[in-house]
Amino acid sequence: MTDTAHAGHLETATGLDNRKLAIWTFIGSECLFFATLISNYLVHKETWLTGPGPFPHDAWTSPAGKVFEPIIEIPLVTLGTALLLFSSLFVVLALANAQRGNRKGLLLWLGLTLLCGVFFVGMQVYEFTHFVHKGLTLKTNLFGGSFFVLTGFHGTHVTIGVIWLFTLWIEAFRGKIPPAKSLNLEIAALYWHFVDVVWVVIFPVVYLIK
Amino acid sequence: MATTALDQQRAHAATGHEPTGLWSWITTVDHKRIGILYGATAFTFFLMGGIEALLLRIQLGTPNNTFLSPETYNELFTMHGTTMIFLAIMPLSAAFFNFIIPLQIGARDVAFPRLNAFSYWVFLLGGLFLNASWLFGAAPDTGWFGYANLTSKQYSPGLHVDFWMLGLQTLGVASLAAAVNFFTTVLNMRAPGMKLMRMPIFTWMSFITQVLLLLAFPVITVALILLMFDRFFGTNFYVPSAGGDPLLWQHLFWIFGHPEVYILILPAFGIVSEILPVFARKPLFGYAAMVFSGIFIAFLGFGVWAHHMFATGMGPIADTYFSLATMLIAIPTGVKIFNWLGTVWGGSIQYKTPVYFALGFVAMFIIGGLSGVMHGSPPADLQQTDTYFVVAHFHYVMFGGSIFGLTAGAYYWWPKMFGRVLDEGLGKLHFWLMLIGFNLTFFPMHILGLNGMPRRVYTYPEGLGFEELNLLETVAAFVLAASFAVFLYNIIKTWRGPRNAPADPWNAATLEWAIPSPPQEWNFAEIPVVHGRDPLWEAKRERGGPLPEPPRVSGAGIHLPNPSYWPLVTALGLSAMMSGLMLIHHLGPWGIIAGGAILLFGVFNWAFEPAG
Amino acid sequence: MDAHATSAEHERSHPSVGVYVRIGLVLFVLTALEVGLYEFTYGGHAGPAGAAIQPFFVPLLLLLSAGKFALVAMFYMHLKQDHRLFTGVFVFPLIIATVLILGLVVLEAYHFAFARAG
Repeated sequence: MTDTAHAGHLETATGLDNRKLAIWTFIGSECLFFATLISNYLVHKETWLTGPGPFPHDAWTSPAGKVFEPIIEIPLVTLGTALLLFSSLFVVLALANAQRGNRKGLLLWLGLTLLCGVFFVGMQVYEFTHFVHKGLTLKTNLFGGSFFVLTGFHGTHVTIGVIWLFTLWIEAFRGKIPPAKSLNLEIAALYWHFVDVVWVVIFPVVYLIK
Repeated sequence: MATTALDQQRAHAATGHEPTGLWSWITTVDHKRIGILYGATAFTFFLMGGIEALLLRIQLGTPNNTFLSPETYNELFTMHGTTMIFLAIMPLSAAFFNFIIPLQIGARDVAFPRLNAFSYWVFLLGGLFLNASWLFGAAPDTGWFGYANLTSKQYSPGLHVDFWMLGLQTLGVASLAAAVNFFTTVLNMRAPGMKLMRMPIFTWMSFITQVLLLLAFPVITVALILLMFDRFFGTNFYVPSAGGDPLLWQHLFWIFGHPEVYILILPAFGIVSEILPVFARKPLFGYAAMVFSGIFIAFLGFGVWAHHMFATGMGPIADTYFSLATMLIAIPTGVKIFNWLGTVWGGSIQYKTPVYFALGFVAMFIIGGLSGVMHGSPPADLQQTDTYFVVAHFHYVMFGGSIFGLTAGAYYWWPKMFGRVLDEGLGKLHFWLMLIGFNLTFFPMHILGLNGMPRRVYTYPEGLGFEELNLLETVAAFVLAASFAVFLYNIIKTWRGPRNAPADPWNAATLEWAIPSPPQEWNFAEIPVVHGRDPLWEAKRERGGPLPEPPRVSGAGIHLPNPSYWPLVTALGLSAMMSGLMLIHHLGPWGIIAGGAILLFGVFNWAFEPAG
Repeated sequence: MDAHATSAEHERSHPSVGVYVRIGLVLFVLTALEVGLYEFTYGGHAGPAGAAIQPFFVPLLLLLSAGKFALVAMFYMHLKQDHRLFTGVFVFPLIIATVLILGLVVLEAYHFAFARAG
């Protein structure tokens, strides 16, 4: 997984690894991506008042006269939030083990990270299905559209992270992540933490603020 | 086939001969070849965009003309704008980023050579995708800004907007990948001793451009995603009847769009700041001021987007803020202009073709900049908006600015890129035709605009006083086109001549001129050590005369990254996904899944391929 | 920003496992506080105190969220120990992103309150 012209041949001008600088650059760019999605959510939150209306926390009667129950399930999402936070802890523990060359510890903590990631995605799939059953789709109202797009793109990022970390788990299992290559995990971990902090913002903004 | 590429590489490492043939270009990860690919592709698109412009001009040459139907006219002006911005100016700048930045900072390649190839292939496929719309009779027709709700399913049910939206999305991926790459390259790949404040000014301006790309493109990405959901999946983000907001599109588009105009102009600033000192025989006047005014322009560029939207009625507070912020940008821009003047002031200017275009740039850009300040005032803007005055303004900055600057760069770096100096006589003919043609085409638009001629309307009636100037513009547009015919002829003529350019034909100051023209595959046989801002001039001063011609050496033993076709496979997967999205109502999710599978296959093979 | 002088060995002093676990616990507690705040303001346990908290609900929640964000970024993403360049590459976009969200919300709120409502 090295793609640097001079990896191992020359010092970089800043002394920082190319790939690590690149992932931070990418993360910086992603800040704007999620900021725009969150703006879209918040802007349309205004229009719930004038447009077809909300029902995340309160019941809503659609223009056609159908009554929708309040839809957001805070306990379920709190569980998902906790899973994601713990996965962040687990992945730094995995990294610490990788740097010390403890393969068993690496496999254990990385495995737990993956488990949390998979359960988070599972939680989201359950939540989306549940919403659709209750009558909320992309088309129902602007809450539906902006909610699904924002959390859906976050979920896509989590899924990509799961695939990435799973690949690294296989590599670690085959003994291909010695301490000298722990940077491979560090970079994936940075991405994973970023996806986590995005959720740290989404959770209160979407689920808790009425 | 993996072995073919690898074998080629090994043979190459043993003998030090550069590989040739089509396959070597498809698998290339060499920044110089990728730069040439960018340049050739972008110039082709530039000619296409130019032909589109000529067709528009023919239509507008006479009143009540029926040369083009209103529908075709819409398609042509949309594709002209989209092509020139995303497929011509941006990638022409990218050609220089690719070829020049690693040479200027004394590196053997960019930080991520395969990612660099990926950017090119995605750009090429995105450009082809966008232009494939012509074959389906469904070229985008909603303007390059694609205002909602012209783009809604209700008002544009065909494929027009789908091509535009997915094409731009693809091109955005290319730009973002390249921006991550060049941001890292400039920070990390500098030769020993090249501190940030010793970097050549072109590298500096390009670096700032990468920051703008990184921060502006995610916004248009999301805006296009929302549009895609509106069109394909029935959301109502931009649909006012369902509570959505077309104005949101304008905000998101211009939050991207205003930094985008600096993305288009900053590389040209850098090129001109590179050329003027070399031909004036003086170091750049106010280097630090140049750097910081560039940073200031970029930073302010994120806070002025709504000056494109005064006509939407944002209220006095927002109008005042955006107006003031806009006018503030005139200060760092003015600093740059005075520094260019200060650079040539009292210099012993050598009147070679690059300096003609560079000085032309300064003059034309001042005109475009001044009319920009005029739009910054909301009352004036309300009068000018949607008229030809605006068309005149942005052509003075985009053509008079960017294209003049990029052409200057082409003449300046041509010997380095191809080992041949372009013909001076033809170059000067190119310049005069371009300057005259350009001004006669676009200056009258100021007058027409103030007289009330609206943009984006396919014709105009007789008797409004628009006839003479429009006819003049149309004739002049052909003069402008002729100037590029001269350029093409110059390229062909030079190509047939001998490859005899010296390493340093202009007595220049920066590192790219220290190595043979064209550079060998590994650029620098020995990585240079830098002690100042003008390393070559310093070396010449120390030596008391010109440097000896650097020898072409055998590259045996110099480590280079392996060629790879996985970037192309990955790019194909991405394009297949976009095509699958477009056909989602015919294929269901299967097109996207197939494309995604190719993408994933490409990424995994890329990740596990030995990069060398 | 220029760091020619510094060597590559600046980033190996990551905090110990104990610190990671303690940060994890703090994150957990902060999340519990967030949900608790909701419960006592709007949720099932919202008593008479709920109405009193309401004006402070959003700022408090954002403060808690910002705290979690900062903890993850500083400790788990190692920004506290790592090269300052990484902090710059992250925080500069973050500032622009925040201003962008605020700007859009304000502009659109005005638009809906005055322009569109008539």
